[in-house]
Amino acid sequence: MTRYLRPTDLDEALGALADGPWTILAGGTDHFPARAIRDPDEDILDITALPALKGIDRTTQGLRIGAAATWRAVIDAELPAACAGLKAAAREVGGMQIQNRGTVGGNLCNASPAADGVPALLSLDAEVEIASAQGSRRLPLDRFVLGNRRTALAPGELLVAVHLPETALDGAGRFLKLGARRYLVISIVMVAGTMRLAADGTIAAARLAVGACSAAALRLTALEAALAGRTPDEAASVLGGHALDELTPIADVRGDAAYRREAARTLLRRCVDDLAAAA
Amino acid sequence: MNRTLTFTVNGTERSAEVAPQRRLSRVLREDLGLTGTKVGCDAGDCGACTVLLDGEQVCACLIPAAQAAGREIVTVEGLAEADGTHAALQRAFARHGAAQCGICTPGMLMAAQDLLRRDPAPGRGAVEDALGGVLCRCTGYLKIVEAVLDVASNAPDAAFPDAGAAVGARVARLDGAGKLDGQELYADDRTPADALWLRLVRSPHDLADFMLGDLDAWAAATPGVVAVLTARDVPGHNSFGIYPTLKDQPVFAERFARYRGEAVAAVVLENRAAFEAVDLSGLPVAWTPGEAVVGVEAALKDGATQLHDGSPGNVLIRGRVASGDADAALAGADAVVEAAMETGFVEHSYIEPEAGWARRTGDRVELRVTTQTPYMDRDEVAHVIGIPQESVRVIPSAVGGGFGGKLDQSVQLPLAVAAWALGRPVATLYHRPESFAATTKRHPARMTASLGVNRDGAITGFRFHGDFDTGAYASWGPTVAGRVPVHAPGPYRVGAVLATSAAVYTDGPPAGAFRGFGVPQAAIIGERLMDDAAAAIGMDPLEFRLRNALRAGDRTATGQVIEASVGLAACIEALKPAWAGYGARVAAHNAKQGRTRLGAGIGCMWYGCGNTSMSNPSTMRLALKPDGRLTLFNGAADIGQGSYTIMAQIAADALGAPLALVDQVWGDTDLTPDAGKTSASRQTFVSGRASELAGLDLRGQILRLANAGEDATLVFGGGRIGVRDAAGMRDLDPSALPVDADGHVLVGEGSFDPPTAPLDGDGQGIPYATYAFAAQIALVEVDPELGTTKVLHMTAAHDVGRAVNPTLVEGQIHGGIAQGLGLALMEEYVPGRTENLHDYLIPTVGDMPEIDCILIEDPEPLGPFGAKGIGEPALVPTAPAILAGIRQAVGVCPDRLPVLPHRLRAAILEAERREAAE
Repeated sequence: MTRYLRPTDLDEALGALADGPWTILAGGTDHFPARAIRDPDEDILDITALPALKGIDRTTQGLRIGAAATWRAVIDAELPAACAGLKAAAREVGGMQIQNRGTVGGNLCNASPAADGVPALLSLDAEVEIASAQGSRRLPLDRFVLGNRRTALAPGELLVAVHLPETALDGAGRFLKLGARRYLVISIVMVAGTMRLAADGTIAAARLAVGACSAAALRLTALEAALAGRTPDEAASVLGGHALDELTPIADVRGDAAYRREAARTLLRRCVDDLAAAA
Repeated sequence: MNRTLTFTVNGTERSAEVAPQRRLSRVLREDLGLTGTKVGCDAGDCGACTVLLDGEQVCACLIPAAQAAGREIVTVEGLAEADGTHAALQRAFARHGAAQCGICTPGMLMAAQDLLRRDPAPGRGAVEDALGGVLCRCTGYLKIVEAVLDVASNAPDAAFPDAGAAVGARVARLDGAGKLDGQELYADDRTPADALWLRLVRSPHDLADFMLGDLDAWAAATPGVVAVLTARDVPGHNSFGIYPTLKDQPVFAERFARYRGEAVAAVVLENRAAFEAVDLSGLPVAWTPGEAVVGVEAALKDGATQLHDGSPGNVLIRGRVASGDADAALAGADAVVEAAMETGFVEHSYIEPEAGWARRTGDRVELRVTTQTPYMDRDEVAHVIGIPQESVRVIPSAVGGGFGGKLDQSVQLPLAVAAWALGRPVATLYHRPESFAATTKRHPARMTASLGVNRDGAITGFRFHGDFDTGAYASWGPTVAGRVPVHAPGPYRVGAVLATSAAVYTDGPPAGAFRGFGVPQAAIIGERLMDDAAAAIGMDPLEFRLRNALRAGDRTATGQVIEASVGLAACIEALKPAWAGYGARVAAHNAKQGRTRLGAGIGCMWYGCGNTSMSNPSTMRLALKPDGRLTLFNGAADIGQGSYTIMAQIAADALGAPLALVDQVWGDTDLTPDAGKTSASRQTFVSGRASELAGLDLRGQILRLANAGEDATLVFGGGRIGVRDAAGMRDLDPSALPVDADGHVLVGEGSFDPPTAPLDGDGQGIPYATYAFAAQIALVEVDPELGTTKVLHMTAAHDVGRAVNPTLVEGQIHGGIAQGLGLALMEEYVPGRTENLHDYLIPTVGDMPEIDCILIEDPEPLGPFGAKGIGEPALVPTAPAILAGIRQAVGVCPDRLPVLPHRLRAAILEAERREAAE
């Protein structure tokens, strides 16, 4: 007989996880599609009644997004301008039905290479907070989402929250999604960025991330470093001189590898232009 | 473990004893009996199951019951006012014709309700955002958006038209109410509680030998399994197929399976719960995959595996139309243009998956299934069970979309076999990946063509050859192979023609009927050559088409002289203002040298209504009842296109009675006469003509009873019929007339079979009694750096003979354009890769252009009140117009459809490389 546990206390949830394997269920927007043909017998830990996983709050350190916060909550929250890309990504997660139920934490734990939320969160220097019966730990997001359907979550662990540091919340944010139709579309390529300009108009800091062009979305740290100190007008040539070797796009029904790589470059250029105009 | 969970559903507290992880959609439909909420994918891809949870739109298929417990749920059944009258939102949908098949309508309504709660007077962008998560395959979304934007007006419902004024009126669908309040019953909506449930075992390989193991032992050891049925359980013939001489497809494959998704056995389970839970992975079947023949190139290669006996070279059938010396005509032309193009498999993607149930009643079998073709289903079931056709009764459910995909057998035959063998009702339902893999597709086409043109604009000659991948079985392949060469030259005066086709067997999914039977594919290359030819002689593409447009009295390439109802020139003329407007927008936008480029394109088409040179009669009956009301016995399957409404409008006007007096008995093979298939854009023309004749027959009987002449007028009212002519007014009291066994006092009957003549070896003859004509233009915006295309605006001019119901005609045009847009830009079925509605993309509300419809009425003398078909014509010119727009915008367009962004980008880069090399 399968079990269904919906605790209201984090310790109860972590205690259950410590005892054995559970399928963790939050908004269900990835869980059920994976079971469209048949529901397997499995023990389910429903984490949507845990207060500790809810809410989006400003803290002294920055912004805390509960792992079970929905994309709708992200859209509705009052957030700094740097989160404009995150909000735009939230509006691209499925249709409104999905945005109303799908959670930020679920998007990360599902670890799809085309997860809409990951590039925007990477561009905000996101860290994840993970809890288990043994305690909690934090990881930078790029060390949490490790690959296609692969995360750093160990048995017994639960993703509790995503933290955006105050240092990343200054400046402009942008998210660009490329798909073959409007609404309800799996990305061919995504680009997210945040940018701060110095008083002299040069780029003080740019954080750029590309999704759907590698097993897990990537921050382009070398490009970011090359852009720092340059004027927005110079950005195109900086980008043109950057090989984007860190991207490892695949060919599938949505696009071939060469197209993905080139489209990523195009979107990066547009993203940087838009950020410079908005910053 | 089950728990008792309590919800507030539509304001009422409801409890269910269910597993906490059970999908809310199943709780609503199966445990609480609220089947107004529809299920199209169980994956959050289609939005059909959208309900409100604490006021927010959600997919009920993605909500575990435990998360909905204690919360407020509103379904489509909860939308109406307390007194049962429809709410303003539902009435706006009715007024605007926003529901066609109705399967997405509950989801659309709930998504709209979510928006209107937050914003009672939203703008178009907000409406699109709110509806973006619900897929519709029929309407092209525009009338839905219009309806939502018009809710606030709370305009009154239109009155029923007066007697004699039904044809031409924008009558709201007569079967619309149930589509708007969740009461309409689709194939999975009211299955018998005592039914067994059937799950098909399907091949996971393109081609494989297989050995079934000890199925009885597996059945005995597997909870819930009642029986496993295979080919040996088929009592009659284990074969089916559209053509009597081509029944090459088995109900259950024997020894080897020819395509991924082919059924090899049926597992019958004791109830729906067992059906939902069964795990087929342990079923003993050993597969030995073979090297599959994929695509026509492989199938036509020398030495290719012979897939079917009797089809050497894997060619199922060839088609040919030859008129004059095409080679000489091309050789003598001032300019010759050539092209080669390819299209892929396209899936119908109706939102209602295949479903239904069957039961045995003594020596008869009865089916309630989702179908476009109840009479063909009857005949196929009789063949498979080995019983007379009269021993089979087919009662169509409401049909949640068809588009040709429900013109083939799917659930019918396994259900009939199981019900016959087991003596109990048996039901089934395909899941979405199964629907993708198992059912027919649009034929992929590989086409080459050349066209010769003189400097004066005359088309000297046209050559065409198309190989059509008909997949593992014949299905409607012969229809495609026959229809394509007739239509390939396009609706133009062409000096000499040689158009040939072949339907080719492969190990792909069976390609069957899909809105247009190969004509949309052929139009893609034909219209491209029209553009190239116009460019070659420096003529505007619209003017070039107008110059060459077929006109009344012209002879076609099959030697047929089309005497009447040739409205193409009128369509093209009607587009001129919009064409000029598009041109100005293109020039102004492109002069700005911005990130995107605009382009405008045109596509024209013709389409023969009815079967190609084959009898396809329809019969309709209109009966007068003692109370003065009428019953139309209407066997024309309404799959959302509106034949239920159209037939009544026509019959009422033919008789001269108010439409409000017409009741209907619909689509029951025991009760309604054969109205043929809902295919080939034939129902308005053929069944409509039969309806007209039935009305006229009844009118004649009434006139004779009243001893009145042909010029008399009938006045219906108060249960009586007044007959007025020069001699005065006589009163007829139906209740005083003798009543027949069916309770009728008079029965009018009409039959119509469109007159055609066989085609000879050169395709000479009269393939169709009438043709629909159309021209569409598209304004598109291309982002050359990314290869993406957005269709901004379309203007569609269609010669429909007579628009029996303009709202329904516009709905067909919008929906056809949506499917044509999908064909052009995004839809491609790849077996094993795009078997769901997130990898296989169909247009959403956000992909639709604005559309202006122009209805041309050049009456067809044979048609009812001059009407002819619109279903397929709506789709045919769309892709050509869009592709031409892309070419104007960026100078190139890929030869392979769909024009996905990476393909267009590659074509742009290739052209840049070529230019640089020159």
